Amino acid sequence: MYNAFLSLLKRDLRLAFRHKSEILNPLFFFVIVVTLFPLGISPEKQTLAEIGPGIIWVAALLAAMLSLDSLFRSDFEDGTLELMLLSEYPLSVLVLAKIIVHWLITGFPIILFSPLLGTVMFLSSDAIVTLMITLLLGTPILSLIGAIGMALVVALKRGGMLLSLLVLPLYIPVLIFSANAVGSSMAGLSISGQLYFLAAFMVFCLTLAPIAASAALRVSLE
Amino acid sequence: MNIWKSVMKFIYHFASPKHFYRISGKLIPWFGWLAAILLIAGSIDGLFFAPVDYQQGDSYRIIFIHVPAAWMSMFVYMVMASAGAIGMIWKIKLADVVASSSAPIGAAFTALALITGSIWGKPMWGAWWVWDARLTSELILLFLYLGFMALESAIEDPRAAARACAILAIVGVINIPIIHYSVEWWNTLHQGATVTKLDKPSIHISMLIPLLLMALGFKLYYATVVLIRARNKVLYAEQNNRWVKEIVKQSG
Repeated sequence: MYNAFLSLLKRDLRLAFRHKSEILNPLFFFVIVVTLFPLGISPEKQTLAEIGPGIIWVAALLAAMLSLDSLFRSDFEDGTLELMLLSEYPLSVLVLAKIIVHWLITGFPIILFSPLLGTVMFLSSDAIVTLMITLLLGTPILSLIGAIGMALVVALKRGGMLLSLLVLPLYIPVLIFSANAVGSSMAGLSISGQLYFLAAFMVFCLTLAPIAASAALRVSLE
Repeated sequence: MNIWKSVMKFIYHFASPKHFYRISGKLIPWFGWLAAILLIAGSIDGLFFAPVDYQQGDSYRIIFIHVPAAWMSMFVYMVMASAGAIGMIWKIKLADVVASSSAPIGAAFTALALITGSIWGKPMWGAWWVWDARLTSELILLFLYLGFMALESAIEDPRAAARACAILAIVGVINIPIIHYSVEWWNTLHQGATVTKLDKPSIHISMLIPLLLMALGFKLYYATVVLIRARNKVLYAEQNNRWVKEIVKQSG
């Protein structure tokens, strides 16, 4: 089982590196969306510092959501997903491998890029560290919950809009706690509560989301 | 084990479309009339006999619609998720039908709670909308209902749609408390001195009675409507069976 998990992980990573746009596009999207806000609202330092945490997090949320398509779509179209369903290994473990790869190619680059965007939005250095920690704890949740939604709509022709309707309400707790933690650390307040919540929520999703996603995949592939 | 088996047998028997159609046909008038009586009695008691609130005057009376609607919005989601789970575990088609019939009704209750809340908020808070924790989580609940309905209408095969929606409803029901508490927390942290003082002192009995009458009336109204909708869906799904054709023949 462990071998199957590892080899699927390697295969998906290799596939992602062959299609570099899969890694780069969500990242570009993330950067562009954040850039739009100073242009649309105001380049004022104080305004940007106040709305920055929320904007960076909303952009990360949208980037993660829009990249969900790469999670199951191509495997669904060429029939790989069906073979995974038929294989002797538990589907939830295989799904977990796919989710981890999705996080590595979409969530992780966002974390690496976030200090730059934090600086552009005039966040303090403490706040930038907090931003990175919240992204580290929060982006896996986005991939995990997103996998459930994607598994539900993978068989549909035009699932994109529907996916956002299903997934975004479930992302709200992550947004609230993460943006709040960054804002609080700007104000010099304690943020351990928010971080504990995010960590707990991540572990919770890590244990249950792959099971829900594999159940949803079974429905979609019937 | 034997008891369990006979219980399941009874449930499967009751849940067979033909039986459900017959029994629900008998239940609907009872539920409907009881709901009508309770709602009329509750409205009259609430609008004319309940005392005036010493702070809010007469405008508090919208509570007799607002609070039962808000209660129902959560109750219906629970029903939907449990029915979805039952349909998925025991493969009872009727449970799927109940879940999908409940969704629009629940969404309507949620919308009603939001609208009455905003009408109430205008004179009380001076604004149609405030980002109060309860309002916000009610709004998110409405989004969850809309997502459920959107998913249902996007999948063509009704069986697959029912199972996909059941998974979504169960995921949603696990998330509702998380969303609710995170919104509450968000609100208190956002120095939200605006309006957190919604919690009233324990309600007086003369106001509680019409409120409970209305709540019970709402519940029976839901039962009536969900049975009517489920009945139609069962009839439509079973249109090729003999018993349905006989009913059509009888009614001319």
